[in-house]
Amino acid sequence: MIQEKDVERDVLVIGGGIAGMQTALVLAEKDHHVYVVDSAPAVGGFFPLLDRQFPTNSCGVCFMSPKPRAVCPTYESDFHRDIELLTNSQIKTVEGQAGNFTVTVGHKPTRVHAGRCTLCGKCEEVCPVEVPRELGAGVEKRKAIYMPFPRAVPQSFVIDEQACTRCGECAKVCPVDAVDLDEAGSEKALKVGAIVLAFGFEPFEAQRKGEFGLGRYQNVLSGIQYERMLSYGSPSEGVPQRPSDGKRPKKVAFIQCVGSRDLTCEAGYCSSVCCMYATKQAIVSNDRVKGLDAAVFYMDMRAVGKNYEHYYQAAKTDYGVRYLRSSISTLRELKRSGNLLIEYGTDDGQRKSEEFDMVVLSVGFSAPRAVKELAGRMGVDLNEFGFCATSEFKPTETSVPGVFVAGAFRGPRDIPESVVEGCSAAADVSSLLDDFEGRTPKAGRRAASEELDSDFVPRIGVFLCELKGKLGESLDLGALAELFGKERGVACVETVDVGEAWQALETIDARARELKLNRVVLAGYRALELTKAARTEEAVGPYVGVFEPVNIGTQCAEAHRGEPAVANSKAADMVRAGVRKAFLATPRKFVERNISTRTLILGGGLSGLAASLALAEQNMAVTLAEKSGKLGGNARFSHYTAHGEDIQALVAEKVAAVEANSRIEVLKNTELVKLEGSWGSYRATLKTEGQEKEVEHGAIIIATGAQQATTGQYMSVKDPRIVAQRTLEGMLASDDEKAVKARKVVMINCAGSRESGRPWCSRVCCVHSVKNALVLKEKNPDMQVYVLYRDMRTYGFYEKTYQQAREKGVVFVRYSVDDKPQVGLRDGALGVSFVDELVGERIELDADLVVLSTGIDPQDNRELADVAALKLTPDGFFAEANPKAAPLDAADRGKFIVGLCNAPMHIEEALCQAKAAAARASALLWSGTEYRPEARSRVNAVICAGCGNCVAVCPYDAIALDAERKHAVIDEVRCQGCGICAATCRSSAIDLDGFSNEQVLSVLSAL
Amino acid sequence: MEKAERKEEGWEPKVVAFVCSWCSSLGADQAGAEEGGHPAGVRLVRVPCAGRINPMYVVKALQNGADGVLVFGCHPGDCHYRSGNLTARRRLSLLKSFLEHLGVESERVQVCWISGAEGARFTAMANKVVEDTRRLGPAKKLVKAKK
Repeated sequence: MIQEKDVERDVLVIGGGIAGMQTALVLAEKDHHVYVVDSAPAVGGFFPLLDRQFPTNSCGVCFMSPKPRAVCPTYESDFHRDIELLTNSQIKTVEGQAGNFTVTVGHKPTRVHAGRCTLCGKCEEVCPVEVPRELGAGVEKRKAIYMPFPRAVPQSFVIDEQACTRCGECAKVCPVDAVDLDEAGSEKALKVGAIVLAFGFEPFEAQRKGEFGLGRYQNVLSGIQYERMLSYGSPSEGVPQRPSDGKRPKKVAFIQCVGSRDLTCEAGYCSSVCCMYATKQAIVSNDRVKGLDAAVFYMDMRAVGKNYEHYYQAAKTDYGVRYLRSSISTLRELKRSGNLLIEYGTDDGQRKSEEFDMVVLSVGFSAPRAVKELAGRMGVDLNEFGFCATSEFKPTETSVPGVFVAGAFRGPRDIPESVVEGCSAAADVSSLLDDFEGRTPKAGRRAASEELDSDFVPRIGVFLCELKGKLGESLDLGALAELFGKERGVACVETVDVGEAWQALETIDARARELKLNRVVLAGYRALELTKAARTEEAVGPYVGVFEPVNIGTQCAEAHRGEPAVANSKAADMVRAGVRKAFLATPRKFVERNISTRTLILGGGLSGLAASLALAEQNMAVTLAEKSGKLGGNARFSHYTAHGEDIQALVAEKVAAVEANSRIEVLKNTELVKLEGSWGSYRATLKTEGQEKEVEHGAIIIATGAQQATTGQYMSVKDPRIVAQRTLEGMLASDDEKAVKARKVVMINCAGSRESGRPWCSRVCCVHSVKNALVLKEKNPDMQVYVLYRDMRTYGFYEKTYQQAREKGVVFVRYSVDDKPQVGLRDGALGVSFVDELVGERIELDADLVVLSTGIDPQDNRELADVAALKLTPDGFFAEANPKAAPLDAADRGKFIVGLCNAPMHIEEALCQAKAAAARASALLWSGTEYRPEARSRVNAVICAGCGNCVAVCPYDAIALDAERKHAVIDEVRCQGCGICAATCRSSAIDLDGFSNEQVLSVLSAL
Repeated sequence: MEKAERKEEGWEPKVVAFVCSWCSSLGADQAGAEEGGHPAGVRLVRVPCAGRINPMYVVKALQNGADGVLVFGCHPGDCHYRSGNLTARRRLSLLKSFLEHLGVESERVQVCWISGAEGARFTAMANKVVEDTRRLGPAKKLVKAKK
């Protein structure tokens, strides 16, 4: 860490996609001012394209923020006062070094004044130019003046410079004079301490694979286009349609690996996500068009993520998706029907053909070409495919100090990895710039809550939230103000412009202080978002006990633009209801509590060690508890990675660093026996060799690892020549002759995995088999190495390692789970017999060594799950809150699950997770205080019968029964205010502040 | 709607729509951004989560003169409060059969899952309930004596 006084604390994130937004959100929580620069006119990257996600078929992005607050990361970024979005902008120059960079950002003119544009859309109607819309890769058209997508942030139309003919029609019709065709670009200089590159990816241009006919055959779409079609926001409202005739397809083919695993288009890597997105698209298509027949043409099905194998199996069994392992020879269009005829070769060498209504090409990820030059100027090394070059042990660091990387710019990857890396890069930035010792939060409004009137006589301020004049355009604000002024308790009715969210809140704050308002009704645009921001950011003083948002902006002014009578009467009803509801409100004070800044880390394997160090680097206190007497975990038995990095050296380095760090308390032979409390104030009881001790901590990181699986299969003969993959690695590291001098080595992958008993995929074994096969070949080039596999799951850049192994002469033979290889003894020799699916022949081999890839088993996590109130997946790993948006979060706040106890993964990925969890924990705890509104659910103990129904429905385990007094008690910290308990209570003993029964009924009678 | 179906001249159905503060509020806002995205007779009542809706609220809405009630929640798996939408589903399906027993037509109370991006679905569903109730005519079953 550099001394804080010498560095800039502001941070620049380039790329506003999933990874970049995540970095920004975490750093902003740590009081960094973050600039997010994006070349697109709106932030979000590919996020807005996706509305269903695998493996849950749900969306769930509102879980993604570090604090449960906003509705989606883009919105939250927009409303976070420490995040500054610079869209339609490009980096011009970067100078300086870690801690002190000077960056110039060029803003391309959008030619529409975002502050004025009211989204009325008149310009779009008159614009004569039509071009393909970027979102969905041109499956729809847009005009030269357009909205990038409905919820685009910033909320404004923009002009596409290239397409615009400068005819000026838009400027003529714009009622607010927002169009300026001569707008000039501008430049801005930023001083930042660190830079995070989150450029993302470009979808492969499938036109380059002319044989698949994209762009020539109407009913051939790319996966990106089809994804858009399946989105509820698309013109077809989520129902797939054939572009040629608009009919619903009955048969859809998905062709995999288009632009991936293909050396003819410089894509010698696997794009990692296409197998799963095609599976999702097949499932969703099946949901949208009943009886739709989906067929996936693939080489290897790479369902390597957590629970992905189950999803893939469910696609086959529950949705009837057909998976055809094949190579496609031709694809052609049938002239009359527009159908597509696919001719393909099957696994067993037959030639077949089948007709489809529609074909979807599962396009892979290409490196973002636009940033190549910038990366060159910054000195950031790229790999041979144009993605950012990183090392396995420092995954989110680039070749330039102070410049970090996250997400798909590191290589094709899925959302959870991008989210994790976004946090991991934030941890790297923190390690460089943050010293949390003695730092106080900069939010200045954390005033004492005594300011709230004790009697709470209603003094309601109604603020009409005007945005770009749109409210006044449809509504008679004067008449409405007069109307509301007559309502009981209303102290003022004023109009406030909410174009700049923070300014609006400051205005409201000032007025509230002046007029001693204790309730505020926000009526108009952005009302809900402002309420959420005001509540969580303490932007409006604590003397306002109640906020009531009423969106008469979109819901009245816009929805009834052409019918002023309806708009006005509806607005009157809605605001009246809001005012009455506010009148009946009980005050919600802010309470402050001290929280512990210590993090307890369970498990001293690589993940635990890395998380400890990342926290210690930010001067956060850590207690690291390891069950065994040794640090290092599973990594102690591994020697080298697929790219040749030395694991033993890494373990030694981390262990030494942890043991030397005074901020990390290491407890060996220690187990967690009890965990109480909630985030910020957990109390753990740790047991060390019979001695118990209590530790107060604010967060807990579970990194308890997993174990090498064992299998009874292929072990019917006890023979020292049958070994597990990890044992082989040890033998190779010590140049054991039994391995190095062997003539024939046969590896069997998925030994006991991906079948009943161990239905998950262990993600790492295919790579390990390839890695070890390569080392065998290197040590003894004459050796014959066979790898028997079911699907070769060398995802991402591991594909290259697989390619190398084939080049070196390693023989890969596929087998079917129904006809597994047999291992037996023949005259003392170890015999392996298997059917080569390709040629359909049985092959018998004498092997000197049989190596089993047995996979990864979870520990028996049941006891720990019980103690720490964690949930398990059906496979026995710890369950996350959301597989995409919150892959490290346990259900309770302040509990994180990282490394192998979360799911099988490579060291590189575990290191990322460890750092990410450290970043999240420090974002939560660093200030040492939590300032929040009081709990929202209240129990009237007198009425409560103690039936326990509320306890059963609470999603947060926030309610318990007081055994003695027999009534429900609510845990203030856990309660999230959903009100499910209140609606469940038969005797109305629970009520919810802000939505009490009395309030809701008053609203119902006011409407 | 076909005129023949109208029960009373000049009558416009009043529908109370409950929206949660997360996906459905966003969906409603998005619907509003389109002109005509909200039918005139629809009034929104915001709750934190569909799971907050006490069945009594639905009954009260009908008692207060609403002709239909529409409950919007997040899609299964998308609930901001994890499982509130599922709790609501169980609760409201029970309520619906109870209301039917009382003689309130089942089309008058409908539940729909939407995401924040599904403005069009909001509009379609709101219109559907308005049209369904229009066909059924004013709801009088639970209305208390004329005010």
